[in-house]
Amino acid sequence: MPTLMTPLAVTAYTVTSAMGSGLAAQLDALEHGRSGLRPNDISSAPLTCWVGRVDGVEGATLPAALGAWDCRNNRLAWLGLNQDGFLERVHAARARYGADRVALLLGTSTASIGATEEAYRRLDADGGFADDLLRPAIHAPHSLAAFVAAALKLDGPCLTVSTACSSSAKVFANAERMIRLGLVDAAVVGGVDTLCDSVLFGFNALELVSPEPCRPFDAARNGISIGEAAGFALLERVGTAADAPQLLGYGEASDAHHMSTPHPDGLGAELALHDALARAGLDAARVDYINLHGTASLKNDEVEAALVGRAFPATTRASSTKGFTGHTLGAAGIVEATIALQAIEHDLVPGNLGGDTPDPICGVQFAWRNERRRVDVALTNSFGFGGNNACLAFARAGFAA
Amino acid sequence: MSMLRVHVEGVGLWSPQLADFAALRALLAGAAPAPPPPRPAAATLPPNERRRAPESVLLAVEAAGQAVAMSGRDAAALACVFASSHGDQAITDYMCATLAHAPGELSPTRFHNSVHNAAVGYWTIATGCHAPSTAICAQHASFGAALLEAASQVLTEQRPVLLVCSDTAGSGPLAEVTGCTRAFGCALVLAPQASPATLARLDLQLGTAPTDTPLPEPLHGWRAGNPSAASLPLLALLAGTGGHCELTVAATLGLRIDMENVA
Repeated sequence: MPTLMTPLAVTAYTVTSAMGSGLAAQLDALEHGRSGLRPNDISSAPLTCWVGRVDGVEGATLPAALGAWDCRNNRLAWLGLNQDGFLERVHAARARYGADRVALLLGTSTASIGATEEAYRRLDADGGFADDLLRPAIHAPHSLAAFVAAALKLDGPCLTVSTACSSSAKVFANAERMIRLGLVDAAVVGGVDTLCDSVLFGFNALELVSPEPCRPFDAARNGISIGEAAGFALLERVGTAADAPQLLGYGEASDAHHMSTPHPDGLGAELALHDALARAGLDAARVDYINLHGTASLKNDEVEAALVGRAFPATTRASSTKGFTGHTLGAAGIVEATIALQAIEHDLVPGNLGGDTPDPICGVQFAWRNERRRVDVALTNSFGFGGNNACLAFARAGFAA
Repeated sequence: MSMLRVHVEGVGLWSPQLADFAALRALLAGAAPAPPPPRPAAATLPPNERRRAPESVLLAVEAAGQAVAMSGRDAAALACVFASSHGDQAITDYMCATLAHAPGELSPTRFHNSVHNAAVGYWTIATGCHAPSTAICAQHASFGAALLEAASQVLTEQRPVLLVCSDTAGSGPLAEVTGCTRAFGCALVLAPQASPATLARLDLQLGTAPTDTPLPEPLHGWRAGNPSAASLPLLALLAGTGGHCELTVAATLGLRIDMENVA
């Protein structure tokens, strides 16, 4: 069993997804039940599906000094960093602690593979990358974190976590370990993934993509909608910010079952949940809201609904918000962490958009419509290919388990 | 800055020139060890998985299996930190080439094997490991960053951790930009406490300028051909009798390692 964790303060956070750029846009979309999904208009060849595309990525040009990092994923990262005063909050932390005392820990599943795809679409006459794309750093999976380190001028530990769709949940755990050991005083965590052919045609090849907007936990669900997003959070010790919401705990576990389907009994997911609750010092009954992984794939939702049914009482409200954003893959962890934090801040349980005919496997915990209720503790689930599971626990400022 | 102390219980290594850690020892002692067969054995995988697995998975599993065997630990109980600067380059090359010409023909198996955590996924499945597992990268600092993360897990959770860092050679047009000319993989089993299995004690100190300790003569040039070979200064120390080395953990951050033999 893990030991009780000293909570960390989430002193700033921001998100940009198909719901819009910044927290106010996300809250407005959640409150009005407005999906950001649209018919696919981005793949290089036609593919009938819906996508959670972010408006304004193409116009988010990087500062000239960062021009060598230019690609769609880093533009989305830059767009995201410029919301909600996040850059200023990081600059203040850097000034306060020193640039080498702030870690940068980001999750992504495909980083800027879109730029590598483009290079292969227009190889030069002798079969090499065109000059404008002959920039090795953007063709490596560390592209995102290396770019953000340069953009934020951070000199501390810098790591990319790439465990598919749990990536940007797991970075909260990396941050907690580094702060606990005194390696750093603060950490910027988060993740970015962008729409690209690899994921659209890849998930399509696995027959996991729905031709319609995704319907998580619906009886007639028929697959995922893929989205893109950028999200970031700043973590510091609670003593520096007693009025900030808190990261109470995290859990990580492996299914040891299959590369692309979850364990039939949700074994790894349940281990991660119990690990998070134990670190947070919480009984499941203290959880007010859980943002589910809820991708709208047949198998994930079946396994996860069963887990919710056996682990939580009716007072714990549960929903997937993939119907708003699509599945943002490596960015899903941070996007849904910001939704959990907004649930706490605004006493809003977001409804499970798209679940119009609930799958009978779903229990009384499911919030099919928005609910106004006090949320002191909110969890998020994030599960990835390879059987990689993570669960995060957040709480209102001053919450004592 | 706090010092991190961890204990090495196992070392694994594979490259087209070196079959294992003993071969590195022999090379550094002036011998000419026999090269391994061209395909890593990866005996931890069940035979059918071994036949189908991509090279990146075989390489990581081979190094991991060696280190765990040396430690005598049960693989199922080890948390896993797998690192690779470039992931599976052959699959990236295949996917980008296929997407450029016939995106509808993309192989579903190659797609799910393209995730950066494919190797650790196959490892946890083969060993029945439900412990936390992760897959990370940090460009040319992947090994240093992974060592820091693995040591952090060892010390905060007080549990043994399997660290693997591996990269295959590049394929197709991508090879020109990754610059990987040969495969290299290594693995360590790290533990919080000294035990009869302890080979060496490492004291890690973060915060030096990023430098890479020069390599002994037989290893000259190895780092240039594979980012995971950035681990070689530490592996060479472990093959010797003690001393210190420096590794890069981020673009502007280094790690000093003081090593003392225990075995």
